[in-house]
Amino acid sequence: MTKSAPNTPEIQLDPVELRKARIARNERIGRWLLPIIVIVLTIVGWDLFCVINEVPHYVIPRPGRVLEALIEDWSLLISSLGATLVITFSALTLAIVGGVGLAILFAQSKWVEMSFFPYAIMLQVTPIIVIAPLIFIYVDSKFAGLLICAWIVAFFPILSNTTLGLKSADHNLVDMMKLYGASRWQTLRFLRLPSALPYFLGGLKIAGGLSLIGAIVAEFVAGSGGAGSGLAFRILEASYRLNIPRMFAAILLISFTGILIFMAMSFLSWLFLHKWHESAIKREI
Amino acid sequence: MTTNTLLSLKQVGKTFSNGTVALQDMSLDVQEGSFVSLLGPSGCGKSTALKIIAGLGNLTTGNMTWPTATVDQLGRPDHEISFVFQEPTLMLWATVFDNVWLPLRLKGVKKKAARAAVEEALEMVGLQDFATSYPRELSGGMKMRVSIARALVTRPKLLLMDEPFAALDEITRSKLNDDLLRLWQKMNWTVIFVTHSVFESAYLSDRIVVMAARPGRVVADIAVDAPYPRGGAEFRSSPTYAEASNTASKALHAAMQSGDHL
Repeated sequence: MTKSAPNTPEIQLDPVELRKARIARNERIGRWLLPIIVIVLTIVGWDLFCVINEVPHYVIPRPGRVLEALIEDWSLLISSLGATLVITFSALTLAIVGGVGLAILFAQSKWVEMSFFPYAIMLQVTPIIVIAPLIFIYVDSKFAGLLICAWIVAFFPILSNTTLGLKSADHNLVDMMKLYGASRWQTLRFLRLPSALPYFLGGLKIAGGLSLIGAIVAEFVAGSGGAGSGLAFRILEASYRLNIPRMFAAILLISFTGILIFMAMSFLSWLFLHKWHESAIKREI
Repeated sequence: MTTNTLLSLKQVGKTFSNGTVALQDMSLDVQEGSFVSLLGPSGCGKSTALKIIAGLGNLTTGNMTWPTATVDQLGRPDHEISFVFQEPTLMLWATVFDNVWLPLRLKGVKKKAARAAVEEALEMVGLQDFATSYPRELSGGMKMRVSIARALVTRPKLLLMDEPFAALDEITRSKLNDDLLRLWQKMNWTVIFVTHSVFESAYLSDRIVVMAARPGRVVADIAVDAPYPRGGAEFRSSPTYAEASNTASKALHAAMQSGDHL
């Protein structure tokens, strides 16, 4: 239970510790500064490339033009993003329910796991792009079809991680539960689920991004337009019309959404783990 | 001192499915209030014996009886056994308080109702100020204390300890030994203490059961006739302690020579 003293200048430090402190400070600044510098350089380079080579805007638009498209088509793009996000988060929710539910089922019975785990792997390794057309033939509702596709992509990391986590409960603690006469439900609630939490959250980080990818891929396959169509359709539509700046704007929006989802999942993970789990602990030395 | 037999093992044997004889013909009567050490090298079946007593493993041959205890449907004395493992075996995601509360919680005791008992248990091991800490914030010795507090919160009659201090440094270990003896006297427990340290067993117990490996069996049963409290360094330099350590060491070596290599 030692609390580290704040780094006040009065403290005498040896050169090695001073160097360590300097490196740590530089790293803290660099973590933010470096990506920003690289992004700015990339944008400037991109702009220069377009100007110097006189690249026409229908091949590669200049960054300013992409920004213009983003502002001009904002209401169109944002409503499409909304549609994509509805699919993404519905699929992620179903993936959590389905993945965790199946994992708990697998943990209860080895026989069930042996029987069904191969199917889960099969669903995962078969590229969604080849199953999606079939799904849209068999399922009438476009929304349901999109949801199924995104779900298939997102649920596996949650299932496999949570299954592993439920099995990794400390064996001595399992024995102790038995000794105190804990029921199956109590063992699950007090021991197996908390043990699986870090694994589940690791799976969730992957599944968050995958559900967005699944939703976009499914929209590409579905391809139909009209009100309430997602960002992937906007990209297809813009490419038919050679509206390249809008394509860039839509892609940019998708990337940012993906980053935001990842950050949200990382924050969630930190929220649940920072008090106790090794992965979230900063070390002194 | 009572002389009631708490637990009686009669020619208990355990053979694993791969054919290993972990324990052979172990007979042992444990008196209420005694402090028994099971001393032996690894593979001598001392941990297996402890697990059988805890009801965590079945015995292959022989039988085990609890003459004085009321027995639950699984054949174990009702809520009267606690187990301390070699590792602290704490729930890392739960605070010290919640860890100690667990055995009561499993019996349906709500947090409010358990508070007094949990706080008392923490006080006994000197951790009353750390109720809201998480295990990772504690030192190895403190984690072990939490583990002991969790074991005694149910007020067990029998405390089973499986090399509980083996992973700790000498100073912490000696301190915890003394604390354990103090609690044992105060609480009227019966303790069965598994160890591979001759000196630890001689210091703590009033009876040392020496075991040997391949097959796991009892080779000697040594009484340590010294009154408690034994008073730290003084007892460690007494003839009784030296004699008990000596006898136990000799029994261990005799058994090892008759057996094969380690």
